[in-house]
Amino acid sequence: MLVDVHAHFYHDRAPRADWRERNTSRLRAGEVIGITVHVASILGSWGRTSPIYFPSPADVTAGNDALLALQHAHPDRIRGYVCVNPNYTAHARAEIARCLKAGMIGIKLAASRRADDPLLDPVCALAREHRVPVLQHVWQHRRRDWPGQEASDAVELGTLARRHPEVSFILAHIGGGGDWLHSLHAIRDVPNVYVDLSGSGVDGGMLEACVESAGVSRLLWGCDLTMDTGWAKLRYLETLLNKDELALVRWQNAARIFPPGAFPAD
Amino acid sequence: MRIDVNAFLGAYPWRKVPGTAPDALLKALDRAEIDEAWVTHLPSLFWRDPTEGNAWLIETARREARLKPVPVIHPGLAQWEQVLADAVNGGAPAVRCDPLYLGLDPAGGEMRVLAAACGAARIPLMLAVRLEDGRQRHPNDTIPELPAAAVRALIRSDADVRLLVTHADRGFVEEVHFGSTPEEAARIWWDICWIWGPPEDHLETLLETVGTGRFVFGTGQPLRLPENSLAKLDLLDVAADRRTAIESTNVKKGLLA
Repeated sequence: MLVDVHAHFYHDRAPRADWRERNTSRLRAGEVIGITVHVASILGSWGRTSPIYFPSPADVTAGNDALLALQHAHPDRIRGYVCVNPNYTAHARAEIARCLKAGMIGIKLAASRRADDPLLDPVCALAREHRVPVLQHVWQHRRRDWPGQEASDAVELGTLARRHPEVSFILAHIGGGGDWLHSLHAIRDVPNVYVDLSGSGVDGGMLEACVESAGVSRLLWGCDLTMDTGWAKLRYLETLLNKDELALVRWQNAARIFPPGAFPAD
Repeated sequence: MRIDVNAFLGAYPWRKVPGTAPDALLKALDRAEIDEAWVTHLPSLFWRDPTEGNAWLIETARREARLKPVPVIHPGLAQWEQVLADAVNGGAPAVRCDPLYLGLDPAGGEMRVLAAACGAARIPLMLAVRLEDGRQRHPNDTIPELPAAAVRALIRSDADVRLLVTHADRGFVEEVHFGSTPEEAARIWWDICWIWGPPEDHLETLLETVGTGRFVFGTGQPLRLPENSLAKLDLLDVAADRRTAIESTNVKKGLLA
């Protein structure tokens, strides 16, 4: 079994005319790679009617609805993170309750509010209550603010994770740009932070550093926007890890932090 | 046969990279089933005189038939013509010059003269757009990325020069390709290491719009995992002959013809 913990899909309210082709391409590539389940999120309208990383409540709901529809259309291979904007606390809480009840299995926090902000606490309380992980978009070592997002880095995620030790947090796309070594140092001693290996980066030495810092029991395989890089890292891990370790990264770690029964062989 | 036109030997100054020694690179070639790799001495890209790494590179490649040396040329230093002649006489498949690493104007007089000399010597000139993702570079690594305008200027500057450009993304390739005449574009080859596969399908798109003949297999290893370029090809739905073209034929019958 192979679980991609960081996938995205598009929908008809997104600005891209080729949204269907991209969704089809992801599923087709998943078949080639051998992905059993894509755990995905949709970030509102992907910028069409509100910013990607600051989605309006209406766009959050529409995006989550689109993902629920995809999950229902592909019940064997798509699972969802409910995306929320924590600046709208009541809406975020209601969306989490609604979408988890409808079958989603995790919570996606993008970059609407810094990870160590108290506004994230109500979200984390619901994650604990429902026993679902929180996937936090992370800029690996943010040295300054970047336009279009209030990005968090691993230090801030670590602060949040220490406040909520019973919640599992997923540090998004270690290969997604930025200083991944900084992130790995920051979360080394935070046991409830898991490292998602996705992102376009395929740096030599990065996977060795992930294993050394977080250990194989805290690594989660994923792709994000580039599936060729995800597959490359998986192929390299096959030479780096033994069979049991590889199974942890491929799916067993995911099965441990997502709700029971989230995946077919779970 | 699979030829990696974009590989390095030696340490990288900005971070720890495993597998930079010749024997480690050979193991990586075995792992990725790569028959031949064109190698550059990575540390010397950052030296004042980058050609000082060429002797070690050539000697190392002489001991291992699978490694083909790509010596560095600095057209701002005296005797660079001799370095080029040595490369040609020594059978190097290409020479490289990354002008911004040397503090040169990427489309300035020195680069144009070098381009003309490479054209006359019938040896491809190799340039990298970047070596690392700009978001992750060391704070003191402020070397700009190669601009697409420079590649357009260089290909226009000499009717015989052939360019091998590595680490370019889709936008860069398209800007240069469609900003060149068909004759100019036919003298540029692109390695696939920085071009995205599914679900964006940039490589698939480029093979259709720019043409399979313009692309060659490159990895950027050991800075990057060579498995990435393999995965891109394995995710493509292309006929075997087109894949073979990317993996070797475009090099042997195009770039080196």
